[in-house]
Amino acid sequence: MFLYTEGGHSIPVVDPISAADAGGVFPLLWLVIALPLLGAVVLLLGGRRTDAWGHLLGTATAVGSFVLSTLLLIAMMGREEGDRSVTQHLWDWVSVGGYEIGMDLLVDPLSILFLMLITGVGSLIHVYSIGYMEHDPRRRRFFAYLNLFVAAMLMLVLAENYLGVFLGWEGVGLASYLLIGFWQHKPSAAAAAKKAFVINRVGDIGMSLAIAMFFVTFGSASFTVISANASGAGEGTMTAIGLLLLLGAAGKSAQVPLQAWLLDAMEGPTPVSALIHAATMVTAGVYLVVRSNFVFEAAPAAQTAVVVVATVTLLWGAVIGCAKDDIKKALAGSTMSQIGYMMLAAGLGVYGYAYAIFHLITHGFFKANMFLGAGSVMHGMNDDVDMRHYGALRKLMPVTFLTFAMGYLAIIGFPLFSGFWSKDKIIETALVESPVFGICALIGAGVTGFYMTRVMLMTFFGEKRWQDGVHPHESPSVMTFPLIVLAALSVLGGVLYLGGWIKDWLVPVVGKAPEHELPFPAIVFSLITVAVVAVGVAIAWLSVGRRPIPSTAPTDVSFVTRAARNDLYGDAIHDTLVVEPGKALTRGLVSADRSLVDGLFTGGASLVQGLGQGLRRAQNGFVRSYALSILAGVVIVLAALLVVNL
Amino acid sequence: MSITFWLLSAIIVPAALGILFVRKAVHAALLLAAVMISLAIIYLTLEAPFLFAVQIIVYTGAIMMLFLFVVMLVGVDASDSVVETIRGQRWLAWTAGVVLGALLLVGVAQISLGTMVGLDAANSGGNIEGLADLLFSRYVLLFEVTAALLITAAVGAMVLAHRERLEPKPTQASMAAQRVRDFSETGRPLVPLPSPGVYARHNAVDTPALLPDGTPAEESVARVLAARGTVRSAPALADDITEVQRTLGDVDGGPAGGATGGTDQASGSGHNTENPEAGA
Amino acid sequence: MNDVNAYIGLSAVLFTIGAIGVLTRRNAIVVFMCVELMLNACNLALVAFAHQHGNLDGQVAAFFVMVVAAAEVVVGLAIIMTIFRTRRSASVDDASLLKY
Repeated sequence: MFLYTEGGHSIPVVDPISAADAGGVFPLLWLVIALPLLGAVVLLLGGRRTDAWGHLLGTATAVGSFVLSTLLLIAMMGREEGDRSVTQHLWDWVSVGGYEIGMDLLVDPLSILFLMLITGVGSLIHVYSIGYMEHDPRRRRFFAYLNLFVAAMLMLVLAENYLGVFLGWEGVGLASYLLIGFWQHKPSAAAAAKKAFVINRVGDIGMSLAIAMFFVTFGSASFTVISANASGAGEGTMTAIGLLLLLGAAGKSAQVPLQAWLLDAMEGPTPVSALIHAATMVTAGVYLVVRSNFVFEAAPAAQTAVVVVATVTLLWGAVIGCAKDDIKKALAGSTMSQIGYMMLAAGLGVYGYAYAIFHLITHGFFKANMFLGAGSVMHGMNDDVDMRHYGALRKLMPVTFLTFAMGYLAIIGFPLFSGFWSKDKIIETALVESPVFGICALIGAGVTGFYMTRVMLMTFFGEKRWQDGVHPHESPSVMTFPLIVLAALSVLGGVLYLGGWIKDWLVPVVGKAPEHELPFPAIVFSLITVAVVAVGVAIAWLSVGRRPIPSTAPTDVSFVTRAARNDLYGDAIHDTLVVEPGKALTRGLVSADRSLVDGLFTGGASLVQGLGQGLRRAQNGFVRSYALSILAGVVIVLAALLVVNL
Repeated sequence: MSITFWLLSAIIVPAALGILFVRKAVHAALLLAAVMISLAIIYLTLEAPFLFAVQIIVYTGAIMMLFLFVVMLVGVDASDSVVETIRGQRWLAWTAGVVLGALLLVGVAQISLGTMVGLDAANSGGNIEGLADLLFSRYVLLFEVTAALLITAAVGAMVLAHRERLEPKPTQASMAAQRVRDFSETGRPLVPLPSPGVYARHNAVDTPALLPDGTPAEESVARVLAARGTVRSAPALADDITEVQRTLGDVDGGPAGGATGGTDQASGSGHNTENPEAGA
Repeated sequence: MNDVNAYIGLSAVLFTIGAIGVLTRRNAIVVFMCVELMLNACNLALVAFAHQHGNLDGQVAAFFVMVVAAAEVVVGLAIIMTIFRTRRSASVDDASLLKY
């Protein structure tokens, strides 16, 4: 159902049918969330008794969700295009006055893709973690948190209203906090967890204010209601809501200016980085923007803001990725950059939504693949993350090398690999829609080629630079199996775009984009992109591959390198602009509180204390004295009554 | 009716005042019982036969019983000291009380409700039936709540009266072991003390039993009797026996000896036939 | 004499005596008896009013008072026993530790 039209294309309205009517596997929708949640509850409440089989249960629930999601996908593909949105009402959640919020689930072509990504990649990472966390005494707890995360993320993408999304939103924030700080004995991990949590809360302010504005404007948080009435609200309101949603999305998806937590989040165990900080959680912001397309379509200014933020982040992340020697931080920078691409596509409106989701999925595959590969390398290198200590690992870790290489080719957009299709379409759309941002995206692609080649060369090629006592070895098969699967997906992910399938699939959710006029044939854009990437790769080859790499980072480097190593001074900017003024304000408030407010209170307290000192003499402990005072009271009341009545 | 009322009032008010002044709790309880029974009779005159019965059964029967029970437990001799410990409490209490009474009486004197309607109509179906109708219709919820209150009170009383056992309950085996230990340490007898001697002519509890060698067993007599000095000594008893034997010898002229003792005495006296020899 | 005032007067007198007893006596058991006396005084008033108004509600109320008094006595005496057991005294003045 399409309700209103603007600028030649129509905005679809969320108009689901109920799960009971849909029949089939749809009434079991709630189980998708309930299974991992149950796993988390059992593992967290079960305590040590579940240590022996906790990881198996955790994996089983994730796989169970995956199987169910697959069945849902098959069932959905068998339905008519207009009937693919299915909602399930579980119970009345909040019922206050005129506001009714149900615990409703919504599965439609958009969320089913997320479902597949989360449960699929999630299951693989669960399997991988069995091996990766084998020697960790707290492995059962780790799986409990992973399950909690999966449940929360599924809640986020399956909720039918913004409050449900918010529930999942906070849930993934919590799980992320727990998992980043999983090795809480390391102060850096604890600090990173706190930082991620706090910065995410800043984003959550935007999210919760947006929800509040939904209530004020539409009297509801339900997608159905809001999308049906979106045309009725003023553009100013919609722009405000859009900007607030963008703030929320920026927090969760590590977009500038709330990007600082993602790099520190690499303190968590590597499977966490792969699952949360590459494949799923950080994409929640993209999901939010795409899901709220009815808001952004009505607010062009907010859309522009999305595009600007996305482009800045895209370049920011890419630059950081170029300078990091820590393999996980280099990948984290790349994640920021790639999410920037997704946000850019999402900001381009109806032309880009499908490509944003497409890139999100392929990125989920190849980035999870590469993170897990990095984990595998670290596993073999005694948890050393410094790439300057790697080198020449391709012979010793053949499986890891080959799978990592697949991910590498995918991310730089090597022709026919999954990343090629998705990134190419984003750059093409951006170039057509707004050339300035398109060119930035194109440059970003070149930089991507540079830093990924650098990672590849420093890790697997060149001479060996291992430290003494390190004996690199291939990881066990329980870890390589997910790598192989993800590598295959990284290669073949482009299948989703076969015949424009994903575009057509998402039409019921994001609307059908009108064909835009291409100044050149599409192949020209692809060639340009490939050429730019090739330049990046070549520069990397010349500057890294051809020269010996010092095993400690050189210090006499240009300003740009130094800035990039310091995350482009993101923390310094935060400190100067927010943290220090905040501290000063707090100090001022504390002293004011001490002298003024506390003085008032302590003065009053002393007065009351003096009174009490006098009065406490009456409390002599004799029950008969107390009884006498009661009787005296009775006499007085009685006398008063009589006097009044006489 | 009027006479009944005034008569009963003449009992009630002095009895109630007595509670204020008697020093022993038992006397107070008796006076209170008198007040309650008198009130019961007043209820009867006020056409409340059911409450009359309940007042006597529950109040005078059960509650006063409980009071007396506790009085006995606490010590029936305990009496209140007349010295007032809280300064000013007594005269303040009396002043407040008297003022309260005066105010109440003034208040009562103010009102005039006319003559009593009487309960003839309400009691026409029987007083108990009328009460039951009310109790199980309009007041049924209150009734149930009261039931819950009673159960709670019963449980509460049990909880309060419960005393925590601090050491395990002694078993038969441990008690036996304790006896043996006492015997080895202090020489306390292992077996029960010997029973006193049993003689036909005497209240035998005050007479010690005789051991096989003819000596009296002092422990066989209760300590209380020993303390009072009412124990008959075995030699004294021996005198009796010789006297008996002499009498018997007088009657049939036969030789004195164990044979006569055997003829007229019960089997239990088998002991004391040896007694004369031992005592002599 | 068919007037309710006499009964209420008697009730008031009994109530006053009970109240004074609670305030002056120190043996906890006697204090308790005085409380019972006050309850009985109220019962008398209730029954008298029932007779005055010609319905049985007053008697029902008196009945409930009796039941509640029974419950109260059970718990109260149990408390007195507990106090007596620990302090060897039944005087209400001895339980005066809860004070300033």
